[in-house]
Amino acid sequence: MGIEETKKESELEAEVQLELRQSAPSFQTGFIRGTDLFGYVGIEAVLDQMRRKTMKAGFEFNIMVVGQSGLGKSTLVNTLFKSKVSRKSCTPDYEEKISKTVKLHTVSHVIEEKGVKMKLTVIDTPGFGDQINNENCWEPIVKYINEQYEKYLREELNINRKRRIPDSRVHCCIYFLPATGHRLRPIDLEFMKRLGKIVSIVPVIAKADTLTVEERQEFKERIRKDLTSNGIHVYPQREYDEDPEERVLNDRIRESIPFAVVGTDKEHQVNGNKVLGRKTKWGIIEVENVAHCEFANLRDLLIRSHLQDLKDVTHNIHYESYRVRRLNESNMNFSELVLSSWPLKNGTDTCETESQL
Amino acid sequence: TMNIDPRSSRTNNNPVLQQQKNLDGYVGFASLPNQVYRKSVKRGFEFTLMVVGESGLGKSTLINSLFLTDLYSTEYPGPSHRIKKTVQQVEQSKVLIKEGGVQLLLTIVDTPGFGDAVDNSNCWQPIIDHIDSKFEDYLNSESRVNRRQMPDSRIHCCLYFIAPSGHGLKPLDIEFMKRLHEKVNVIPLIAKADTLTPEECQQFKKQIMREIQEHKIKIYEFPETDDEEENRLVKKIKDKLPLAVVGSNTIIEVNGKRVRGRQYPWGVAEVENSDHCDFTILRDMLIRTHMQDLKDVTNNVHYENYRSRKLAAVTYNGVDNNKAKGQLSTKSPLAQMEEERREHVTKMKKMEMEMEQVFEMKVKEKVQKLTSRDCELQRRHEQMKKNLEAQHKELEEKRRVFEDERSNWELQQRLEQQKMEASRTLEKNKKKGKIF
Repeated sequence: MGIEETKKESELEAEVQLELRQSAPSFQTGFIRGTDLFGYVGIEAVLDQMRRKTMKAGFEFNIMVVGQSGLGKSTLVNTLFKSKVSRKSCTPDYEEKISKTVKLHTVSHVIEEKGVKMKLTVIDTPGFGDQINNENCWEPIVKYINEQYEKYLREELNINRKRRIPDSRVHCCIYFLPATGHRLRPIDLEFMKRLGKIVSIVPVIAKADTLTVEERQEFKERIRKDLTSNGIHVYPQREYDEDPEERVLNDRIRESIPFAVVGTDKEHQVNGNKVLGRKTKWGIIEVENVAHCEFANLRDLLIRSHLQDLKDVTHNIHYESYRVRRLNESNMNFSELVLSSWPLKNGTDTCETESQL
Repeated sequence: TMNIDPRSSRTNNNPVLQQQKNLDGYVGFASLPNQVYRKSVKRGFEFTLMVVGESGLGKSTLINSLFLTDLYSTEYPGPSHRIKKTVQQVEQSKVLIKEGGVQLLLTIVDTPGFGDAVDNSNCWQPIIDHIDSKFEDYLNSESRVNRRQMPDSRIHCCLYFIAPSGHGLKPLDIEFMKRLHEKVNVIPLIAKADTLTPEECQQFKKQIMREIQEHKIKIYEFPETDDEEENRLVKKIKDKLPLAVVGSNTIIEVNGKRVRGRQYPWGVAEVENSDHCDFTILRDMLIRTHMQDLKDVTNNVHYENYRSRKLAAVTYNGVDNNKAKGQLSTKSPLAQMEEERREHVTKMKKMEMEMEQVFEMKVKEKVQKLTSRDCELQRRHEQMKKNLEAQHKELEEKRRVFEDERSNWELQQRLEQQKMEASRTLEKNKKKGKIF
């Protein structure tokens, strides 16, 4: 074992030296000419350690779905995470009548893939926009989001805080737009205006199999125009792009939001393959086919590429602005905020909090 | 010859129709339907259709598809394409369609802004008011003495569009239908039915019908006829209620055939294919078979309800409760005629007076204008004269100065000349002197 390691080390050493020699001229930039590595240190093994720790600890991801009933919210969540995470309200045994106020339902599941565990929480909002008079139907939602921030803030301000503060903050809010083909309705504008400031909104066009491709394009353009003319910023927000690479990537996404999605959990046979789709008399709508609908793009955005980014934006931006607001409100009178006093800033007393993964 | 037995007609309480006698020859009243037909064709038909539903459910597209005209086209965009109205209104568009020599004056009543606001309470009120006002117009024109022209603008049918959520009726749908089912023929439709798979559609329809029965909503019922064939057709329609429709006027080629439909990446949803949607059933029902029945039900049921309620309000109090517009008096026709004539005369007099007033005002204005222009001209004239005089004076001055200069100059010239002559004679004398 030892011999192998040393062999590996010497190989790596050679590699590292080679690299350094090749890049030596470029090292004449403004960096501190520090230690040129003359041996294999092992800094890159940090990635491995992080990965192992993440796998052990698992992720948390909280997603909220908002929209009128009958737009396919639960179906979409089930399709996204390929499991029966939400109960669909159109099944015969769904007894609840439309409630008079918006009541939030939280359902948590732990799903696992290749050893990576994820605690997925779906927050459903039945009753949103269903009444005749929908004034202030967004208030319960705003209250819930702020409550989650408050919970986290309190945990953070404790003297004896936990190692890993349970994160119940809403990382992403998917807002379902009915596929009218015209423009945003007043209720959509009101909701997104108010919530765009406290949570990352991802608008999607629900039941997009109503629209032909041209109608879809026109509808999206009109929505984007409406959003900019009303000053609504949806995820990914332009001002939070960290570097040009990210900007390019996010620009491409911004040009195609809102995604036109179709959700289903039924499988059919198409050309010998089993695909997820909806079967009608004139054809089968394949959910994962990019030519049919943009479900795959949404899934990639939410899960495969921007999941961590969503959590970071929530933690660094939305949560921080909530915190600032809250602390300003109580005028730095911390004894009001927390029963115990604000932890003193002596070096010995800082607690190790792991970065939220 | 028919012998009517007096005894039998006295004791017999059944209607005369019971005594159906066979005829001995051809009388000819079998051509009565033809006569009616010819008269109707000459007169033409009227039909008023109202479409209600949230924006974006395809109402305008469906109307265009039903009547195969571009009632709402790019040159005359329908209410949903114009600037968004959040204040709900009721709009009417009329179109005259001719087919096979038969004229149809079609009026479409649209309700843009219905159910689009955040707070939709009472969004049905403008619609109810509109329907009532049409009934009132008809009632008034019916009660006049001169009834030659009675335009029938009552709403004969109301198509209510339900969003294809797949769940059931929304509270707004239920409220609206509950308030309107006794005023107009309500036909609920599932809009944009190409969103639903056949199973979802079935379930949705069942759910809707269940809720309609639960809330005791009386939608338009197809009448039972004596004909077996027709009854079977009617029953087939009844099983498919509410009808799930898809509208389109774009023509697409499918398997060499040209059909109206919507082109998707996964296939073409054909509008006139009864497997795909119930559009053909709706069209046949609305136009080909039941149009007259809709009008009859409107006339005999809804209008009569309105009329009896309105008149009962009058007679109950003894005092005329209605506003001045719809005054129904129980005077004799002659007196009413007198009153009408008097009204007419007073109206004419008022119009005359108004016209005279307007005329006078206009004359005054014109006179004023002319006088003011006159004054202007005068003023300008005076000014010009003054200018001229001033210029004249200036010129005079200049001439005087010039004359002065000239006389000075002439004087000088003479002096100079004299000097020169004197010097010349002096020189001459000198020369003379020198020579000698």
